[in-house]
Amino acid sequence: MIAKQTNQKAWFMVLPVFLVVAFSAVIPLMTVVNYSFQDTFGNNQFFWVGIDWFKDLMHSERFHDAFLRQLLFSGIILMIEVPLGIFIALAMPKKGWGVPVCLISMALPLLIPWNVVGTIWQIFGRVDIGLLGHSLASLGFDYNYTQEPIAAWITIIVMDVWHWTSLVVLLAYAGLCSIPDAYYQAAKIDGASRLSVFRYIQLPKMQRVLLIAILLRFMDSFMIYTEPFVITGGGPGNSTTFMSIDLVKMAIGQFDLGPAAAMSLVYFLVILLLSWVFYTVMSNIGEESSNGGA
Amino acid sequence: MRWKWLIPAIYIVFLLLPIYWLVNMSLKNNDEILSIFSLWPQNLTFDNYRVIFTDSSWYSGYINSMIYVSINVLISVTFALPAAYAFSRYSFVGDKHLFFWLLTNRMAPPAVFALPFFQLYSSIGLFDTHIAVAIAHCLFNLPLAVWILEGFMSGIPKEIDETAFVDGYSWIRFFIKIFIPNIASGIGVTAFFCFMFSWVELLLARTLTAVNAKPISAIMTRTVSASGLDWGVLAAAGVLTILPGVLVIWFVRNHIAKGFALGRV
Repeated sequence: MIAKQTNQKAWFMVLPVFLVVAFSAVIPLMTVVNYSFQDTFGNNQFFWVGIDWFKDLMHSERFHDAFLRQLLFSGIILMIEVPLGIFIALAMPKKGWGVPVCLISMALPLLIPWNVVGTIWQIFGRVDIGLLGHSLASLGFDYNYTQEPIAAWITIIVMDVWHWTSLVVLLAYAGLCSIPDAYYQAAKIDGASRLSVFRYIQLPKMQRVLLIAILLRFMDSFMIYTEPFVITGGGPGNSTTFMSIDLVKMAIGQFDLGPAAAMSLVYFLVILLLSWVFYTVMSNIGEESSNGGA
Repeated sequence: MRWKWLIPAIYIVFLLLPIYWLVNMSLKNNDEILSIFSLWPQNLTFDNYRVIFTDSSWYSGYINSMIYVSINVLISVTFALPAAYAFSRYSFVGDKHLFFWLLTNRMAPPAVFALPFFQLYSSIGLFDTHIAVAIAHCLFNLPLAVWILEGFMSGIPKEIDETAFVDGYSWIRFFIKIFIPNIASGIGVTAFFCFMFSWVELLLARTLTAVNAKPISAIMTRTVSASGLDWGVLAAAGVLTILPGVLVIWFVRNHIAKGFALGRV
């Protein structure tokens, strides 16, 4: 890699982006920080409470539950979508009419507004009018996502797999397409097995795009709001109340600004920390492959 | 590996089945939806679509969504172009930190920003305007646009820039005449992504609008809670929100895989 030219004037090119994002990000974030240290009795009168809200939060069972549910959800999502996405990408055609058909139909769920995704699955899963719910009920399964936590979880996870696995597939596919044919021919001459082709050729080539996929899927599943809100509204009980749903309930539903702000900050910092870890790993691998690669 | 094609085929069926069910429901009337369970409409009707196209409280939602999505795509791409160029070609004080800071905004949960955004845009008198939603969506779209464009631009050899400067091109002329045509597909893909994330977002768009700029997605949730669930119309509205996406995918189909890798393959 050739070293980039040092040029401080480049800041002027970045400035417009910097200003717009700072306007949208810094001012609201400072508002949140501001609220998180204060309490109010309404009428816009605020007084300082220090770190009380953060202390409350650390001992709040509601927060712990929502946080654990969120971690569990993101964990399950990554465990299903990443391997499944790779598996499908490996089986996709490399040329011919199948390529556009696959790409277009797979990208379709990604372009549907999130609340419509929720509506689609709400309709699809209902026992009285939905294909899935009706079929399961007539097969004798006791399936009702508005009543049972397990059914609600399964519905939301299947929905998310439906919605987002394509992102992993498309990323992995892009990685696979960048492997020159010569690699496969060399492997064939060496008599490499299917498994070692995957392990030593395909997986390393997909590494970078897979990390992007994992990063994006982690961030977005950790922030999920609209789809579970439409399907279950956080219920039954609190069983599908993820962090964002809980936060919106608290901030806009109950108008508990202080606790909601404290929770926002902790929530944001957790995402930031985990994403920073992913990002660092990602750029390190990127540098290694561009230094040591062919 | 003769049966390999079955795997994507099954997956695509799994993807299309719920969408088919939505289309199916949108072509039935409510009595049929609730009384008869059938895999295709028994009495085909387009009444649900007629409701949407004749009632201004429905179709204005599509117009509002289209307006703020277009503004957002325009802002994101034009602002991100020079910034991405700077990141891909030069090193400057704080560049890595700035890049990561931009990305953190892509990671920020919209739920965190919903209430402060409401207060911010109310206080500057932009509440319930298209431009407010468009700027709010820049929070995650601008960083993404910079990220994707930077990936595409880094794939263009630096020699192109240098040759142009030696030939006496000014920076602006070089950028418009030579560089932009070179990354046209990258710009298309970026616009696609900005469209996508602005089009699908609900929480911020709903929080920042009341009447004049209310997006279609917010109108749909309101109808679910208010009018005793008109399933047919709801399904029809859903189908109509999918169509713009199909159209946009068709335009970028050749670059979509590379685009999803954010230009970094």
